[in-house]
Amino acid sequence: MKGIIHSTESFGTVDGPGIRYVVFMQGCPMRCKYCHNPDTWRILSEKDFKENNNTDNRLYVSPEDIIEDVKRYLPYMSNGGITVTGGEPLVQIDFVTELFSIAKSNNIHTCLDTSGITFDKSNESCLRKFDNLMEYCDLVMLDIKHIDEDEHKKLTGFSNAHVLDFMQYLSDINKDTWIRHVVVPDITFIYEYLYNLGYYLGRFNNIKALDVLPYHNMGITKYEKLNIDYPLKDTVPLGKDEALAAKKIILKGYHDRRSLA
Amino acid sequence: MKAEWEGFNSGRWNKELAVDVRNFIQLNYTPYTGDETFLAGPTDSTKKLWDEVLDLFKQEREHGGVLDMDTSIVSTITSHNAGYIDKDLEQIVGLQTDKPLKRPLHTFGGIRMAMNACKENGYEVAPEIVEIFTKYRKTHNQGVFDAYTPEMRAARKSGIITGLPDAYGRGRIIGDYRRVALYGTDWLIENKKYQLSTSLVRMTSENIRLREELTDQINALKELTELGNIYGLDISKPAANAKEAIQWVYFGYLAAVKEQNGAAMSLGRTSTFLDIYIQRDLDKGLITEEQAQEYIDHFIMKLRMVKFARTPEYNAIFAGDPTWVTESIGGIGLDGRTLVTKNSFRYLHTLENLGTAPEPNLTVLWSSRLPKAFKEYCAKISIKTSSIQYENDDLMREVHGDDYAIACCVSSMRVGKEMQFFGARANLAKCLLYAINGGVDEKSKVQVGPKYRPVEGDYLDYDDVWDKYNQMMEWLAGLYVNTLNVIHYMHDKYSYEKLQMSLHDREVKRYFATGIAGLSVVADSLSAIKYAKVKVVRDENGVVTDYKVEGDFPKYGNNDDRVDSIAVNVVNTFMDKIRKHHTYRHSIPTMSILTITSNVVYGKKTGNTPDGRLLGEPLAPGANPMHQRDTHGAAASLASVAKLPFANAQDGISNTFSIIPGALGKDAQLFTGELDVDSMDGCGDMACKVPTLHKGIDDDDNN
Repeated sequence: MKGIIHSTESFGTVDGPGIRYVVFMQGCPMRCKYCHNPDTWRILSEKDFKENNNTDNRLYVSPEDIIEDVKRYLPYMSNGGITVTGGEPLVQIDFVTELFSIAKSNNIHTCLDTSGITFDKSNESCLRKFDNLMEYCDLVMLDIKHIDEDEHKKLTGFSNAHVLDFMQYLSDINKDTWIRHVVVPDITFIYEYLYNLGYYLGRFNNIKALDVLPYHNMGITKYEKLNIDYPLKDTVPLGKDEALAAKKIILKGYHDRRSLA
Repeated sequence: MKAEWEGFNSGRWNKELAVDVRNFIQLNYTPYTGDETFLAGPTDSTKKLWDEVLDLFKQEREHGGVLDMDTSIVSTITSHNAGYIDKDLEQIVGLQTDKPLKRPLHTFGGIRMAMNACKENGYEVAPEIVEIFTKYRKTHNQGVFDAYTPEMRAARKSGIITGLPDAYGRGRIIGDYRRVALYGTDWLIENKKYQLSTSLVRMTSENIRLREELTDQINALKELTELGNIYGLDISKPAANAKEAIQWVYFGYLAAVKEQNGAAMSLGRTSTFLDIYIQRDLDKGLITEEQAQEYIDHFIMKLRMVKFARTPEYNAIFAGDPTWVTESIGGIGLDGRTLVTKNSFRYLHTLENLGTAPEPNLTVLWSSRLPKAFKEYCAKISIKTSSIQYENDDLMREVHGDDYAIACCVSSMRVGKEMQFFGARANLAKCLLYAINGGVDEKSKVQVGPKYRPVEGDYLDYDDVWDKYNQMMEWLAGLYVNTLNVIHYMHDKYSYEKLQMSLHDREVKRYFATGIAGLSVVADSLSAIKYAKVKVVRDENGVVTDYKVEGDFPKYGNNDDRVDSIAVNVVNTFMDKIRKHHTYRHSIPTMSILTITSNVVYGKKTGNTPDGRLLGEPLAPGANPMHQRDTHGAAASLASVAKLPFANAQDGISNTFSIIPGALGKDAQLFTGELDVDSMDGCGDMACKVPTLHKGIDDDDNN
């Protein structure tokens, strides 16, 4: 089995605990307006990959190859591990499962950074695949783009139903989960939404961390390179004070909900 | 036992005529594994005094970088009357001249350098001094140029060997200044007299030189006693308390910088030694923590004020006006105990009490086994001040034991037992161009190297280029070593470091410290030739002056063995060529890969290279990958560097590593939640672990 990979990073420090080897998978169905990795969007098939003759330097590698490379960095990451992100890594769920299973047999901590968008609780085979994946996954970082369904659609092109279903699923199997949330002026940096997000999260017992990510526009050069219109041209990056305020609001919602229980 | 040693555990160190500082430390120090909460802030007098110094620094800047220069008194250990910043406030006294920041006049290295340094700053050396040092007293610089061959001069001019200490003091020698405090100068003089009386009397030139040097050393120690007297202090006896110990150590160091304007005048490894005295006084209730910190703050203040007269060209090579007052802190002892003491914290704490500063160059000897609280404090101070240099104790302890220190930025040596002959460096990138052009300089078109056969045809062939490069390195290694032999012979003869050497054992192990520049350019160039196609562009004289790279090639800095192995091979090959040559005074050849600031100047002197780098573009510093060619993250980049063999680059491998705080981990304020406590090892406010790989990581170098 082989996967299509955008790139790897040997010294990831912001995608999970410790120093981590980060695999950026190629391909994502979503088109989040603030995405800073538009170069990972295109979903390539094996055939595309071969026919395009790898002109844009994507990697087409086996899970074994990746783990062999990870092993060379183990001395650097005594408390880290491997993180798979993207793109949306679960577009290639079979590959990720295989990768994590080999990682676990080598005692490497595994972390999945996902939007949860490919989760479909009504699809038996999809569920089985997720069950299988979760056997080898130590930590999930679930990126909830927006708590409001309509706003989620506007922001990403998709409803958040699958995402919230996935959150419930993670809770049901009691999987350690970090919540990531990008705070964007005028889109998510709104009291009601932030509070509602926290309030929603408050019902779960498996959330171990909240990672508030202030919106930045450093991806803009990539859009220019790819000749894609940048949707948030007029949006200014979120300041740290505002991000702190956002965090507080989410936590308030979270604790309000928990104090009910 | 002497009264001053009351309360210390006896051992080999205080047997008659012994000099053994390490033994004293091992028997008497108190390892500290706690945190920084015991530390004291600056006292009022520290604040006041430091404000005065800051004001002097400000005046100095306003004067264009130099406040005042001595033009008529040649600097020696006893050349000047006592000088003060503010006598009533200073706990630790002594200045290089009679006024703060007045730069001393050093002439024994070279009168021309001294004259230029004055002239460039609007001063003029007194005519009688110029006359003495041109007519009657030969200098090191004069001696070197008397003996240089035309080939050496040409290679020096073209910059294929460069930064040579042939017109200024070589530095990189660390006197064991702790000996002054532990024993007092009388004891040390007796020890040296004994050494002289037991030295060989068969008068070979070697033995004659040793006898003369030992006598010079005894005289230097007598002058050191006199330096104490000038400040009203009797340092002929051992230091009796903490304040005296710090003062005595400082006098030792001060005498060295009065005598020598060396390229790096490092302090050694004093913090744990001094902790023994401070702890003894604290235990007896003689001083408070505030006082202890005040002594250290005032000591560090003095070290920050060390200044030399230098020319703008010199400062261009070294990117500023550095003195390399390197102090090595921490590390692990051979018996497994940490050498971190409370005083290790106090030294680092000066960066908080006095604010951040590049000097003294506080260098933490990092081991994975350092106490956690100390690691965390280091990280905290690093984040706050960016002023700490880290070096790999686990690597160096194997070679130098547990009482070594760093000279300059990475050169390790046992304090008082080993020294080095500083050798600047050979530009291996330029050497590759010489190989391609058969010894013709790509910039001046002059035949500098031997007239070997240049490359033929339009495309470079890897085997052909490697073969030619191998031969050109053979030539360069020989020329380089012999040039250095001339330099160090003359330095010993005309500008011998008698004070610093008086604080060494008689049997000194000498390192012959060569260095290389441009490693990553060479590795990438050879990789381009091997894995892509490189077309040459010749000028009207047939000299290759440019290269067109067709296709991609593996680049050093991505943990890719195809190219990293080339870098390793170049290091091993050149070091082995160095080893083939006779080195002055039976010194042991070593090599460094550590140009950190001078890489800019070297880049100007190096033409276009086959990796696509253009003429004038800086070489990468030290062993760094070329800028922006490492695309797989920091660990991959560091892993490439870590492949370079320390055994063949024992004088140090440096990797300049800059990272924005946001790339080092989550913001502790924005991130809420659990993180494994161990993963916070040594990272203060950041929620993730900082790298603990330190193969000569440092933030600056001279040389």
